Amino acid sequence: MSEWWTYRPGDFLMFAPATYWRLFELHNATWWPAPPLLLLAGLAWTGWLAWTARHAPFARAAPGSSTPPAGAPWLRLGAAGAAAAWAFVATAFLLHRYAPINWAASAFAAGFLVQAAGLATLAALPGLALAPHGRRRSVGLLLCAWAVVGQPLLAVATGRPWAQAEVFGLAPDPTAIATLGLLLWTSTTWRPARWLPTALAILPVTWCAISAATLWTMGSAQGWVPAAAVLVAAWAAWGRRPA
Amino acid sequence: MRQPYDGERCSDAGSCPCEQVIQVPRPAAPAAAARAAAAQPAALRPRAAAAVAGPVRPSRRRWLAAGSAAAALSAAAASASAASRALAGAPATRPIPSSGEALPVVGLGTWITFNVGNDPAARDACAEVVRAFFADGGRVIDSSPMYGSSQPTIGHALAGLGHPPALFSAEKVWTSDLARGTAQMEASRAYWGVQRFDLMQVHNLVGWEVQLPRLLEMKAAGRLRYVGITTSEGRRPAEIEQVMRTQPIDFVQVSYNLLDREIEQHILPLAQERGIAVLANRPFREGALLRALARHRLPAWAAEIDCDGWAQVALKFIVSHPAVTCAIPATRRVAHLRQNMGAARGRMPDPALRAQMAAEVAAL
Repeated sequence: MSEWWTYRPGDFLMFAPATYWRLFELHNATWWPAPPLLLLAGLAWTGWLAWTARHAPFARAAPGSSTPPAGAPWLRLGAAGAAAAWAFVATAFLLHRYAPINWAASAFAAGFLVQAAGLATLAALPGLALAPHGRRRSVGLLLCAWAVVGQPLLAVATGRPWAQAEVFGLAPDPTAIATLGLLLWTSTTWRPARWLPTALAILPVTWCAISAATLWTMGSAQGWVPAAAVLVAAWAAWGRRPA
Repeated sequence: MRQPYDGERCSDAGSCPCEQVIQVPRPAAPAAAARAAAAQPAALRPRAAAAVAGPVRPSRRRWLAAGSAAAALSAAAASASAASRALAGAPATRPIPSSGEALPVVGLGTWITFNVGNDPAARDACAEVVRAFFADGGRVIDSSPMYGSSQPTIGHALAGLGHPPALFSAEKVWTSDLARGTAQMEASRAYWGVQRFDLMQVHNLVGWEVQLPRLLEMKAAGRLRYVGITTSEGRRPAEIEQVMRTQPIDFVQVSYNLLDREIEQHILPLAQERGIAVLANRPFREGALLRALARHRLPAWAAEIDCDGWAQVALKFIVSHPAVTCAIPATRRVAHLRQNMGAARGRMPDPALRAQMAAEVAAL
């Protein structure tokens, strides 16, 4: 691109805000009753996180133990669910809905499929365990709760109809934010794959950055939501670890 | 979709990004209507407002006075009728220098507004805009493969209208690869559902060295009628000038509006000198110009050029430049389309008023 310095972010916005928000309305209508069912599933999973945070604050298997660590099946279920969500958002939303109005969406979809594969791998990983760090758990729970409950409320809070609510598992932003929350709760005792939970945060963070830039360019203050999710997750991930 | 209220910005209504201020016509109160009639120029004053009240049995002198008044009224009415015919008739046109074919001075752009994806309701809304465009005498519709789903949206509208013969289709090729360009133009043609494009332009000068010879060959073979180049926001002015000087192009598309006037220095005079038609894009700076102007009252001189809103002021400034062939504002609302098309009718600003318009708007 010649004279690239003369381009502003707004020059790359090729759709109107109303068109963008209508994507979610049409998407929710197409997949009805998936939005309330996913909301219930998300609430159940977040409820388990909240219960675990209260009753099993540092549940973790001892190294070399043959007993599965407490909570590992729920983590596997969460990772598998998130993998399915990323794959679904890639095909049903990004490719089918978003790509017609934004030619970059096909590339985004490829990234979402890679993330889905990574999360599926995580779900199958041996030694999956709850992260021991209290702040990680608190922030992870907060992000999951926001993605499941808070994000859909933003539609009404910003003057749009309920029908345009962004639902975890159907829309990219809450799916990415919930995944950051899940990853904050996840660690593995299997040494060769210890890097995987951290690596799996790269694409959600990238998507949050893309979404924030898009929303800000559209003139929507909602861009602060994915940006804040990344900052809070980073603060929790790099915070002080318990002795 | 809810109805907008008077004075609301278009984007507030949630359906159109063009940011024009919505003017919902309301019935005037009798006293206000009388004041408005008295304030109108005599030539445009409706007959009823100038009715002569007199005694039941008028004197001879009064008969004579009444006769003179009737003659004056008749002349005024004729003038008003001519003015209203000018406002309601066919839009003003400009000839394409290379052929003499006349084009209405206001066309229809599709950047952002027609990129509505797989939304049936929004596609139908765009189709209504296209219907109103042709009903109002419009011809030029401009798009690009870069504009997302704008091309299929245009195709949907044209198919619904039975492919109006008045259409002047302006498309672009947007790749530096020759083979990919051929495939891209064919895909564009299929989206529009047309036999051939009237005008094919090299988008943002991308690969013009490769694409222009191919487009000129296509024109010679009758597969295109005109060839052009485009740029936006004043980018690559030297290269634009080079192409204009050295290539036998029919059209150049550039950004031009009340604030972005750099092309008045070289490109517009060069277009006149070389006999190249000019399409003006970004007439409202993607709505930012109208957003800024909406905070200010319409100046008195707007009435002198038959403008009833800032959009018409902005468009009349553009199309009154002698080098400009057609401005291509984009909208997704029929009301705004009609406002825009109104800029192709009525009186146009002379050079002195154009200078005043630019100076006053720059100062606001």
